[in-house]
Amino acid sequence: MSVRVNWRQSIAFTGTVIKYLAVAMLVPLAIGLLYGGDIVVFLLSIGITVIIGAGLERLHDDPQLGAREALLFVALAWGGVAVIGAIPYIVAGYGTESALRYPINALFESMSGFTTTGATVTAEISFEQHSHALLMWRQLTQWLGGMGIIVLMVAILPEAAVNGAQLIESEAPGPELQKLTPKIAETARLLWLFYLGFTVLYVGILIGLHYAGMAPNMDVYNAVAHGFTTLPTGGFSPQADSIAAFSPVVQWVVIPFMLIAGMNFALFYLLMQDNYAEFLRDRELQAYLGANAGLVVVLWGFLFTGSAPALELGGVTQGALENSLRQATFQVASLLNSTGYATSDFAQWGTTSQGLLLFAMFIGGSAGSTGGGVKIVRWLVVIKGIRRQLFTTAHPDAIKPVRLGGHVVDEDVISAIYGFTLLYLLTFGVATVLLLLDAGRVGLEMTILEAISASLATIGNIGPGFGFLGPFGSYLEFPATSKLLMILLMWIGRLEIIPVFVIFTGAFWNE
Amino acid sequence: MYVVIIGAGEVGSAIATSLADSHHVTVIDIDGTHVENLMYDTDILGIEGDGTDLEVLEEANIDEADILIACTDDDETNIVTCSTAMTVTEAFIISRIRSAKYMRTWQRSDRAFGIDHMAATNLLTAETIARVVGLPAAQDVEIFADGLVQMAQFRISESSPIANVTVQDADRYESLTFAAVLREDTVVIPRGGTVLEPGDEVIVIGSPENIQTFAHELEPDTDGKPNILVVGGSDIGYHTARLLQERGLKPKLVEQDHDRAREIAESLSETTVLESDVTNRAFLEQEHIDDVDIVIAALDSDEKNLLVSLLTKRLGSERAVAVVESGEYVDLFEEVGIDVAVNPREATAEEITRFTREHKAENVAIIESDRAEVLEIEVDEESVLVNRPIRESVDDLPDGVVIGAITRDGELVIPRGDTVVKHGDHVIVFVEIESQKEASRKI
Repeated sequence: MSVRVNWRQSIAFTGTVIKYLAVAMLVPLAIGLLYGGDIVVFLLSIGITVIIGAGLERLHDDPQLGAREALLFVALAWGGVAVIGAIPYIVAGYGTESALRYPINALFESMSGFTTTGATVTAEISFEQHSHALLMWRQLTQWLGGMGIIVLMVAILPEAAVNGAQLIESEAPGPELQKLTPKIAETARLLWLFYLGFTVLYVGILIGLHYAGMAPNMDVYNAVAHGFTTLPTGGFSPQADSIAAFSPVVQWVVIPFMLIAGMNFALFYLLMQDNYAEFLRDRELQAYLGANAGLVVVLWGFLFTGSAPALELGGVTQGALENSLRQATFQVASLLNSTGYATSDFAQWGTTSQGLLLFAMFIGGSAGSTGGGVKIVRWLVVIKGIRRQLFTTAHPDAIKPVRLGGHVVDEDVISAIYGFTLLYLLTFGVATVLLLLDAGRVGLEMTILEAISASLATIGNIGPGFGFLGPFGSYLEFPATSKLLMILLMWIGRLEIIPVFVIFTGAFWNE
Repeated sequence: MYVVIIGAGEVGSAIATSLADSHHVTVIDIDGTHVENLMYDTDILGIEGDGTDLEVLEEANIDEADILIACTDDDETNIVTCSTAMTVTEAFIISRIRSAKYMRTWQRSDRAFGIDHMAATNLLTAETIARVVGLPAAQDVEIFADGLVQMAQFRISESSPIANVTVQDADRYESLTFAAVLREDTVVIPRGGTVLEPGDEVIVIGSPENIQTFAHELEPDTDGKPNILVVGGSDIGYHTARLLQERGLKPKLVEQDHDRAREIAESLSETTVLESDVTNRAFLEQEHIDDVDIVIAALDSDEKNLLVSLLTKRLGSERAVAVVESGEYVDLFEEVGIDVAVNPREATAEEITRFTREHKAENVAIIESDRAEVLEIEVDEESVLVNRPIRESVDDLPDGVVIGAITRDGELVIPRGDTVVKHGDHVIVFVEIESQKEASRKI
């Protein structure tokens, strides 16, 4: 059988994406000029990026993506961008002690960045080890990946808008694409506008706090750096202590913006049209905020009654009303929607509290948000589907559509959601076992909880796990094979598994 | 008045017959034999032709018509007929509509399709059923004076607490009037000493609260929310379930066709939709038919509705309400054990008749296929009732007329012998069909 997919088109289009990545590298270059250091690194990286991008573009002079080419393109683009994003780490690390000088580590860090995972393989995060420019590049990759590089492409490139709906469908988190306006490019522009708007507002507030004297460590560099990783539910921080490095006021300000990042950005369109009633009626939003609130209350109780020891980062929570509430709210808001910031070393908390956080990590953000995981709306449909199953067991003749906020969910969508959720859990389970086996092979000591959290934190694009993978830990100790597996997990997790898996089926390539 | 009717089917014929005595009526139908048969039976002018054709309408002189009624079996034909007629006539245009979707369109805009009044057959039938279901033991319920007054019809069973009791003893309610007793083929106007016999049907008029209490007294063990099963996902079945769920009930609905069942299930969130053949005994037993208080049979044929009603009653359901398309079967159905037979055409005819009473009667309820009527009439200066106590004016009214209730400025007034009726009052009167014309002229 002959190959029916015009892969040259997909690769050529990926070249265009890569070429534009060079433009993004101007940001760290500017930081380099401002703070000194790594100017040559970024000039060189920009050069390599343009050459590779332009070279790939030559594979096809007029790419017109069909349905399968579009799927292939989305998967390739995310893979390609991660590879290119690794170049500055390798170049900067050349001849130094940085762990990122090894291509596998650089690729891990880059994939973790673009997929907004936030898992790191750096041995040490400090300005002594890495330049301001390189750490800002690390932050920027998350901001670009958050709302989606394909959405950005559709928003700004007219040639991508032709097949834009399908491209965004493959990239956007959640079961269905919500078109806000008849023109897909306009929808993409609106989404990026909300995203940019919240980022600017957030950075503005942080800088304001700094100059008001309430956030001594939150200087302009840090404000921008965290602005790049909060709204995309990223989790990278140029501070080794993550958000624990900042004052409680800053921590309280970060919480609402993390919550916003886990909401469906299409909902903000309703707010723009003054349709507050429908905004508040959204079932997924209610469930998302409800899940957060519920978990916070329970965790607050645990922490207040002494489920966590006195920690250097995070302080004492037992009997401390404000601190225990803040730690509970922050950690739940951060882990439920897959951000991965931390204000306390929760890997040292008691088992019950850790179990609660592990549960939160399974939930994920809303559809159409920048969050990872299974997503709230899918869990809602799965739960309602199971309830329906139980009902029809008692009443075999009953016809009972699954409803979400008054709307009937299509049966095809329900089975797609079942399929996705099952595949997600299966992939997570298999990967956990593979990580354990690989660790055993090289003699790395790892508990089952650590393996579970590593698998979940990468496929769910969360970042930190438990044990040595805690919020202030590192994935550096894993053997290269495990890192490769986790790079794959982050990649398929960001694209919600199916668009990547389908490429490896025979049916995709044949007629 | 000059009335033009398009469609000489059952509904059209019934309307034409009831109007022919006092009005000039022209009937148009595409089927020549229909028109001819009707012309032999009643004093009307018949025209054979297509009602959507302007030439045919002009042949019927619709530019001079006061009322135009489109009542063919086909919604689209009725709508096109009305829209066509609108271009040449000033007449008040009434259309019969089955599907509720056109009704919704019409309600949203002023005079959509050129129609002044829509009589939505299926919706009216569903409303009738929902009203009857809401009142235990009731066979018919109609609303007057914007809901201030209700009329209800009850059958008195052997075990009824008011069987073999005089009206004086049975009527213990302040705002309730025993308007009539239907005994076999006769209408008895009750006096205080009239004894209510088992098998009688009583017509009571009064406030909704009192009628509700009265109904519960007749059937003491029907408290709480009834367990209702709607059989058949026809338009009538669907609307009945919808109206019931809007009242906070959780009905079950059975439909045999998968796609239709799915469609209804998607639209009605509080209704449990079951896909099955309802004549299947195993299914009925599995769904605990003996726990069902009311079965509503709304399938597409009268025979099936009869079968389902009898079958479910035999298996233990309390009360059966059946939709009966053919008016002549209503009595037969009720005789063989169906508690309430609802005729969609009667509901439509009631609606349409309202508009042909020279706009005097505000509301009409037809009792037992035209044996009597309950009318709501606004009293004007000419009326024999105005500015006199009822005791005096009663002598000027024909026999077989009972004043059931009076509303004044949105409040219910209980008619007593010394009550003085004023200009602008609404009176709800029961009239036997023989006295109907004289009564509505005098009031």
